[in-house]
Amino acid sequence: MSTGLRDWMRRGNGLVWLSAGVLAFAVLMIGGLVGLIAARGLGFFWPAPLVLFETPAGPVLGEVADREPARGGEPGRIQLRVGNRDLFGQDFRWYPESELRNPTLPEDALMVERSEYGVFLGRVKELRKDGLTVSTGPAALDEALERLPGARKAQAGIRAVEKGEVGRLNTALEAIRLERKALERRPDPARQPQLDAREAELRSRYADLEGRLDHLRAEAKRLTVLLEAWDGQVKEMPLPQVVRLVPSNRLGLPGKLKVYASRLWEFVSDDPRESNTEGGIFPAIFGTVMMVLLMSALGVPLGVLAALYLREYARDGWLVRAIRVAVNNLAGVPSIVFGVFGLGFFVYTLGGSLDRLFFPERLPTPTFGTGGILWASLTLALLTVPVVIVATEEALAAVPRFQREASMALGATKWQTLWNIVLPGAMPGILTGLILAMARGAGEVAPLMLTGVVKLAPSMPLDGTFPFLHLDRKFMHLGFHIYDVGFQSPNSEAAKPMVFMTTLLLLAVVVALNLAAIRIRRRLRARLGGSTF
Amino acid sequence: MEIDDPRPVAEPLGRLSAAVGTPPTPQLRLRESPLAITDAAVLGAPPVLEVRNLDLWYGPQQALFGIDLDVRRNSVLALIGPSGCGKSTLLRCLNRMNDLIDGVRIRGQVLLGGEDLYDPAVDVISLRKRMGMVFQKSNPFPKTIYENVAYGLRIQGERDRRVLDEAVERSLQGAGLWEEVRDRLDQSALGLSGGQQQRLCIARALAVRPEVILMDEPCSALDPIATGRIEELIFELKKEFTIVIVTHNMQQAARVSDFTAFFWLGKLVETDVTERMFTNPRQRITEDYITGRFG
Repeated sequence: MSTGLRDWMRRGNGLVWLSAGVLAFAVLMIGGLVGLIAARGLGFFWPAPLVLFETPAGPVLGEVADREPARGGEPGRIQLRVGNRDLFGQDFRWYPESELRNPTLPEDALMVERSEYGVFLGRVKELRKDGLTVSTGPAALDEALERLPGARKAQAGIRAVEKGEVGRLNTALEAIRLERKALERRPDPARQPQLDAREAELRSRYADLEGRLDHLRAEAKRLTVLLEAWDGQVKEMPLPQVVRLVPSNRLGLPGKLKVYASRLWEFVSDDPRESNTEGGIFPAIFGTVMMVLLMSALGVPLGVLAALYLREYARDGWLVRAIRVAVNNLAGVPSIVFGVFGLGFFVYTLGGSLDRLFFPERLPTPTFGTGGILWASLTLALLTVPVVIVATEEALAAVPRFQREASMALGATKWQTLWNIVLPGAMPGILTGLILAMARGAGEVAPLMLTGVVKLAPSMPLDGTFPFLHLDRKFMHLGFHIYDVGFQSPNSEAAKPMVFMTTLLLLAVVVALNLAAIRIRRRLRARLGGSTF
Repeated sequence: MEIDDPRPVAEPLGRLSAAVGTPPTPQLRLRESPLAITDAAVLGAPPVLEVRNLDLWYGPQQALFGIDLDVRRNSVLALIGPSGCGKSTLLRCLNRMNDLIDGVRIRGQVLLGGEDLYDPAVDVISLRKRMGMVFQKSNPFPKTIYENVAYGLRIQGERDRRVLDEAVERSLQGAGLWEEVRDRLDQSALGLSGGQQQRLCIARALAVRPEVILMDEPCSALDPIATGRIEELIFELKKEFTIVIVTHNMQQAARVSDFTAFFWLGKLVETDVTERMFTNPRQRITEDYITGRFG
């Protein structure tokens, strides 16, 4: 038996089992983590049943959010999402299990998602137009459901005017203000009246627009719904402030799926509401992707050029070896240190100088002298450059010597050989560096908090206003969003599923970016004919 | 750029004394090969390349000792000798590829048309254009067949598509590859067979119209059929070019070359017209080597 065991060990079976076991463990951990995140996040959008309980204090309608079993002397507890923050003061409430009795699922129970104050749980009492009752009871719900899309559309129209035309006018007025300020220092009598005329014209257009907007807003307020909570309190609100009406208990599977899809779409495509605890996270997705792309565009050339000199031109000696060690150690510097450096050097020194040189009329309001997507991307580019350097050096070393010699023997200079033969051959390896850098950069939060990320960015770094790409703007980021919603939110209980969903999306963004890079790498490799990298 | 470790030069001396014996009967069979004909014209041709008293060191280790050698125009010179005898090193001296290796020191002269290659005024880049090189392992670039052949011209700044097209066709025909690849010039060169790849490398060298073609064991990785095709090609090429070929294959040296030079331990032992060398070598050690008693 012992010879059998020894033979088994000698064949390396023990090691095979060990390595397979470790791999399985790693896969299990990652799978479990992603699975937990997905389960906690994705379930959030599913319309849960609205349960009506009888309690000693009266009837309560809510979604069962959590359950704590009885432990020791403590009785079991149930957490209900009761909504109606404006009426009850809080969205979630714990009840002793013994107090909740006679659960029923009333057909007319309704979850109203509102653009303010979170959800409302109750039923529709009346639909009113200009204060006059149009319909009541279940008929009012049906009519509200029917009219909601139109009302939402009108609301979206108002938002578009506010963001678009008003925004453009504001930009133009701001430009005039800045030019006036510049004129104070270098007076130009010819220009002054031109500016006056232009400003007057803009102001009159502004007034027109205001009038139009007032009209639209008043129009939107004409149709209102009267909502009633189960304890009898009522609340009247304009229909356009309703985001979604979900009569969960009477929805069939198709209806629930529709609600689910609509909520999911809102989440990935819409702006956040209610200090990020509701609505979507599109600006954060956009900011993350753009920051990662900018970081790659800035960091990869830096890393590749550095590696090129280090590997191909620098004479191997103690200095080069020291630099190589330093580069490798740079990868171990805490990212917050990079953030501090970015704040001190990029934001204050570089940005401050840029402001003094190019935007003096805007001071003391900083343009580049404050955090922005450019500085955040540059900071992360520095953070990830060691990865690119190491990967590029390996890739350069892996380009076969005989290919370099063939090129040199044809009379190519060293630079021509590098450019035509070595760099293309090293491209897959460089892309490996890019993939690693993107994965690292996309997940960083600490340095961003110092260099340009914000809780809520009023405008995106890329939009329709000239010059379209606004590198000085602050931006939102999924990683920071997780921190903000999870730990800085005024309503953390409601935001919990948002944290999971945001995490899931961040993972998805990183995977998508990496898949894109891997695809390019595979195509390059096929062209290089089975390079070793 | 570190390219190569210093190569070991020394061969065990003991084996030579063991190889001493009766002189062998000349291997007349070799002369019946259909290709081995040394033109009378070649014998009197002027030298293109002259190596004069060339010493070479890899760091502290001397690899070549006082080499003197002429390469005549439109002839094929075969460099033979056991591994590590310095023949590849000498070949790489002829287009200064050894410059790429750290720690190489050279003394002596290599004259190309009377001009010293190692003169500080010589531009290495333009020199290498005059000396085509074919390597032991076929080494096409991971590019299309067309781009491989056009590479030498492109790096010289040639942009004219017609000039490139013409050069690609001429070179591929010169390397006997045109008929096989004319329909797939835009496909990757890595899809060709080993023999085709090696002929592509020859075409690539031909494209820049060199004066001399240096071949470093061009057939050592090829099967006999592909080898035969390359040998035929060498026979064709010498009408236009001068060829220096390093080979380990005695039959090949006998078949394709006009002149043969035998190297041993970094020294040129003897050089002669190939027929004479293979039938009646002057040195005992040459005879031992070409009859396969050592090496």
